[in-house]
Amino acid sequence: MATTIETKAAPTIEIRNLKKYFKTPGGQLHAVDDISFAIEKGKTVGVVGESGCGKSTLGRTIIHLHESTGGQIFLDGEDITKLNKHQLRKAREKMQIVFQDPYSSLNGRMTVEEIIREPLALSKRFKKKELDEETERLMELVGIEPRLRASYPHELDGGRRQRVGIARAIALNPEFVVCDEPVSALDVSIQAQVLNLLMDLQDEMGMTLMFVTHDLSVVQHISDSICVMYLGQMVEKAPTERLFESPLHPYTKALLSAIPSVDIHNPSKRILLKGEITSPINPKPGCRFASRCPYATEACQQPQELVEVAPDHVVSCCRVKELNSL
Amino acid sequence: MSQTNEKFLEVNNLVVEYITGKQVVHAVNGVSFSLDKGHTLGLVGETGAGKTSIAKSIIGVLSDPPGKVRSGEILLEGKDLLTAPEEDMLQIRGKRISMIFQDPMTALNPVMTIGDQIAEVVALHSESGNTHEAKETALEMLKMVGITPERYDDFPHQFSGGMKQRVVIAIALACNPELLLADEPTTALDVTIQAQVLEMINDLKEKLNTSMILITHDLGVVAEMCDDVAVVYAGEIIEQGSKEDLFDHPAHPYTHGLFGSLPSMAKGQKRLHPIPGLTPDPTDLPKGCNFSPRCPYATDACRQGDIPLTELTPGHTCRCCNLGHLEKKEG
Repeated sequence: MATTIETKAAPTIEIRNLKKYFKTPGGQLHAVDDISFAIEKGKTVGVVGESGCGKSTLGRTIIHLHESTGGQIFLDGEDITKLNKHQLRKAREKMQIVFQDPYSSLNGRMTVEEIIREPLALSKRFKKKELDEETERLMELVGIEPRLRASYPHELDGGRRQRVGIARAIALNPEFVVCDEPVSALDVSIQAQVLNLLMDLQDEMGMTLMFVTHDLSVVQHISDSICVMYLGQMVEKAPTERLFESPLHPYTKALLSAIPSVDIHNPSKRILLKGEITSPINPKPGCRFASRCPYATEACQQPQELVEVAPDHVVSCCRVKELNSL
Repeated sequence: MSQTNEKFLEVNNLVVEYITGKQVVHAVNGVSFSLDKGHTLGLVGETGAGKTSIAKSIIGVLSDPPGKVRSGEILLEGKDLLTAPEEDMLQIRGKRISMIFQDPMTALNPVMTIGDQIAEVVALHSESGNTHEAKETALEMLKMVGITPERYDDFPHQFSGGMKQRVVIAIALACNPELLLADEPTTALDVTIQAQVLEMINDLKEKLNTSMILITHDLGVVAEMCDDVAVVYAGEIIEQGSKEDLFDHPAHPYTHGLFGSLPSMAKGQKRLHPIPGLTPDPTDLPKGCNFSPRCPYATDACRQGDIPLTELTPGHTCRCCNLGHLEKKEG
């Protein structure tokens, strides 16, 4: 079933036209609609967008926490879109997730040590003695003091709990890790500690990361490239620096301008969006941002194509060239 | 109404404790600040620093038990709110002082239409108590916060988070308060909606010359909204001054740490500079400076006795006994 694909720098993970729809009483909810991109080995892609845009669903669909509705997923060139139970368990060793809420994603009846040991034991890679050593090594790696070995999650603060979640996710040396808002439940000073840890681990282990967040300053700091989502669709993707320097899609521009600037002498000039978000249930064809877009025309009611404006920089807007005089 | 040199709101030496079983949580430990008419003060700090307890004490909704204002005074144009009888507070609360609560999802009554929730406040505080007039005002408030009046009879669950927050703001502003306490008004919202809400609060503030205390942990929001800033750590104000003082010349090691933790301030450098360690347990605060266990510059002097406030420049104060040392480090 292995389908080898040709690309320049062997991406660890590649998705093609990935779709995930949910059934609701009102109709089909298009949570992820036709998204394609690839992440090279050892790189980080940030996925940003506002709540309900489908960014978490995208991450979860890639690692098979949701079954995809359509499209393909490749891990190391191998098509992993459809897997049986046995294959899925094998694949899970290679792809993992760090969840948003360290308060509810850890089993409250297991100790720190048991939580970290569980994936190691399930993999059957280790002998009993090695298990203890490996658990200890992981705890040290993520910076959890040995004295907390027998503590339960509720006894730990948010930062330490998230470290346990990270230790569990990286236990089997995964190639690909989805970080789903891993720091948004934490205070800024703790947030910085956890972000540093994730970057250090990536350097050390060469993991490929997909970083899902609504916090733009966090993705700017941690990602190599950024994918901006709006209501299930990718509206723009570009290398991080380029995206922050010259955003091209009207939504990306508004989103970046809305970040409150900490530079008091250079306040950001906000582009205020009017109007409410359109419903993702049975959406009409055409640009989903059109209802709030100041530049929307008749042509925006037609399905949008991705326009490549520069290497690795794609925009889903039919007026992008005209609006930015490219 | 008041003279320009008279302080509109003055909080002196406020101490708030929560008593749970045998433990005493020292939430606010001697906080003092003042606020001028039409100005905005930002209270910045991490979870559990005591920001919300300060606001709740001002408007008098601290739940007692377990909360208790131990000492201090809160003067609104010279009148102490802490000793004011409850009948007076009923008149003040919602009319002269109002509060925007943090979580719009839980701040609204789920079984009452949003229009009636706005009209309720207006009717309570209008002299006539006329419900018809109250409804008119409520409809106007809805328009002002950008919700079409046709949605007057809708219930909270029919609105998105951003719109619910606008309803909460409409309730807070319905009686043209002189003082607005905004507790993380945009934390639960997405950035584009946050931009809309901040813009709206600013417009309304200008129109009504309202004073505001803005509680937030987002320094970007502070930079855009506030005139003055107070940094709260473990129930104490550790640094206070104008926005320019704080952002251009932060003095306290904790303030430095807060800025160092921000990814957006770390442009061009790969690693962030987080503050090591955790905030202290409020039931068991360290001796001396509360920040000393996490402070890289802490000396023995920091670990004993109360640390006094030092005035660095007029209006810019800092609670640290190592300031001279720090300046040398920076230079």
